[in-house]
Amino acid sequence: MTADEISTIKEMPNNDYFVSGHGACPGCGVAIAVNNIMRILGSDTTVYVPASCLIVFSALYPTSAFRTPLLFTAFENTGAVITGIKAAQRRRGIEGTVVGIAGDGGTFDIGLQALSGAAERQEDVLYICVDNEAYMNTGIQRSGSTPFGAWTTTTPVGKVTQGKRQMKKDVMDLVIAHDPEYAATLSIAHYNDFIRKVEKAKHKSGFRFLHVLTPCVPGWRTEASKSVEIAKLAVETGMWTLFEYEEGEARSTYKPHTMRPVTEYLHMQGRFRHMDNDDLNTLQRWLCAKWYYHYGHDVEQPACAIYNGEKELHFDGDPLHGV
Amino acid sequence: MVMKALSADHAVAWGVRLAKAEVIPAFPITPQTLIMELLAEFISNGELDADLIPAESEHSVMSVAVGASAGGVRTFTATASQGLALMHEMLYAVPQNRLPIVMVNVNRTLGAAGGIWAEHNDSMPERESGWMQVYVEDSQEALDMTLQAYRIAEDERVLLPVMVCLDGFILSHTVEKVEVPEQGEVDAFLPAFVPRSSLDPSEPVMMNPIVPPEYTTEMRYQLDRAMDDSRNVVHQVDEAFKAAFGRGYGGLIDEYMMDDAEFALIVLGTAASTARAAVDELRAEGRKVGLIKLRFMRPFPHDELRRACSGLKALGVFDRSVSFNRYGPVFTEVSGSLCGSGVPITDHIGGLGGRDITVRDMRKVFSLIEASVEEGKVKRVYWHGLREAKG
Repeated sequence: MTADEISTIKEMPNNDYFVSGHGACPGCGVAIAVNNIMRILGSDTTVYVPASCLIVFSALYPTSAFRTPLLFTAFENTGAVITGIKAAQRRRGIEGTVVGIAGDGGTFDIGLQALSGAAERQEDVLYICVDNEAYMNTGIQRSGSTPFGAWTTTTPVGKVTQGKRQMKKDVMDLVIAHDPEYAATLSIAHYNDFIRKVEKAKHKSGFRFLHVLTPCVPGWRTEASKSVEIAKLAVETGMWTLFEYEEGEARSTYKPHTMRPVTEYLHMQGRFRHMDNDDLNTLQRWLCAKWYYHYGHDVEQPACAIYNGEKELHFDGDPLHGV
Repeated sequence: MVMKALSADHAVAWGVRLAKAEVIPAFPITPQTLIMELLAEFISNGELDADLIPAESEHSVMSVAVGASAGGVRTFTATASQGLALMHEMLYAVPQNRLPIVMVNVNRTLGAAGGIWAEHNDSMPERESGWMQVYVEDSQEALDMTLQAYRIAEDERVLLPVMVCLDGFILSHTVEKVEVPEQGEVDAFLPAFVPRSSLDPSEPVMMNPIVPPEYTTEMRYQLDRAMDDSRNVVHQVDEAFKAAFGRGYGGLIDEYMMDDAEFALIVLGTAASTARAAVDELRAEGRKVGLIKLRFMRPFPHDELRRACSGLKALGVFDRSVSFNRYGPVFTEVSGSLCGSGVPITDHIGGLGGRDITVRDMRKVFSLIEASVEEGKVKRVYWHGLREAKG
């Protein structure tokens, strides 16, 4: 790492390239993430944003929240469009970062093919997935990223089924299968880690992928002031893990001392309020396996026994939970 | 100038090489693939300095093309049929952003009924996308229009993408004698592309944001006017091409034996050659027939057709595709332009799925056009060579 690289929040530049005045909800994890990413990437950046909350709240003609070049076209093509921009800029001798910032739907689902294409071709681009775990822009529909049990408008809490019945897709594993130059997961609650990874991605060349968990106030049914706290709990409970992949090796960049019960994370969000004991235990067991997968043998198995039933969360009859 | 024996696909590749396209996203699809294969050879031999980007689908091909063209370099791609359909969404991102991409579409039937042979039902639906569309008749025209297309597309008065359409197999895989111009001649005709605005961090622009209703109408109107203005540019570029290379194509339409014609046929693409041979035979028999080769579907030559068809006793349109229950698309467009002219028009649907169109077929078409006046009772549409179920 060179002397002029940013490594802690104290060194964070305050020159914004994603400026205020955009239309994101208060407490929006995407806005927090993108604001800080753009500070680090700086002025020599060209941004592509596919269909997503981000494009809608940042680029309503004739205004733009980005002070860098910005392009939008469609939903499923982030990996392809940034490929084309980079090819053109390389030929014209324009240096800098070409970045695509897509949501989870645009990455896990409809955009997976273009992502895989760009990664396989080892394009010299930065792909960032801001993951709020559902199609929030269209009104909270489930995606491949939505966690088990979560309420969305297409996984409603009904008499027969309650919430999403499948686990969250592991898109990092899919990306790592392409042996990218760099891939990392980020949390908006772990800033030094966040800064170091964006900085690293900026200065590498080749295909780079950053995956940021971005809490969504209306979609997760949370309070606007709690987004960072929720992001922190996601890591402490194993719902999110912080690691990076480079030179063929994955390694954890932050390891919680102990695994907090998942209910601490779920309690803060209306989207999980209906979950019964069976579903909670299913999710907790899955998290224990995931914890083992990420942190290895040397980690003591946390209290997965875990959900003791003291704080039962029952469906209260209101699918929106009135948050 | 060098004379070569080239298929239309290879002629296009030579055109792209001479035009010095810089970014070429590609995905294989029959009968387009020969274009990309030859371009890949040119690049790997160092004869063309370009990035061939093997994207993982046609949707991504057009997405790469949009990124590259927005990034400010001359961009080329080619596709056909299902590939064009997969691009459909992305086609619409190109004209409104005024990106002068040139794409060759090798016309092939869009399934089902599946097939790999010539039909125009792939490109005809895309005439609402804002792309210019030109249909070519032979390998020479395929090469020449690839060069002309860039000069038209990149003209400040136009700045629209151009789709050069050529008939699958009939042209794409058929070898003909082609004059390949010298690089110096092409450089003089087609200067380097200088984008008016592009994605460059030293001069940030926002392209293709979300547009509220307050502005959309005006943006659409600008595009409509650009398409209309392109008619003059098409003519001027054809004139300039003729002056430089000695070959001109007449701009939007090409008329044959129309001066004293009483009956005429409008055709697109390779069917023009067949129809021209039929006109020659019929003229030798003393029949006053003529031919209009409709070159551009967009911009549509409304004024040119009204002038060329005035005074005709009857007109036929040959369609290589059909809008079910609503005739062929060329017939509908021509009828719209000639509305009120008093010229009776019949539609002649044929060559679907690549079925051969012979001179004999074209003679039959002309006979039906002539009969459309004499009999008084006229069918609006004829399906040529149709084998109807008996009983």
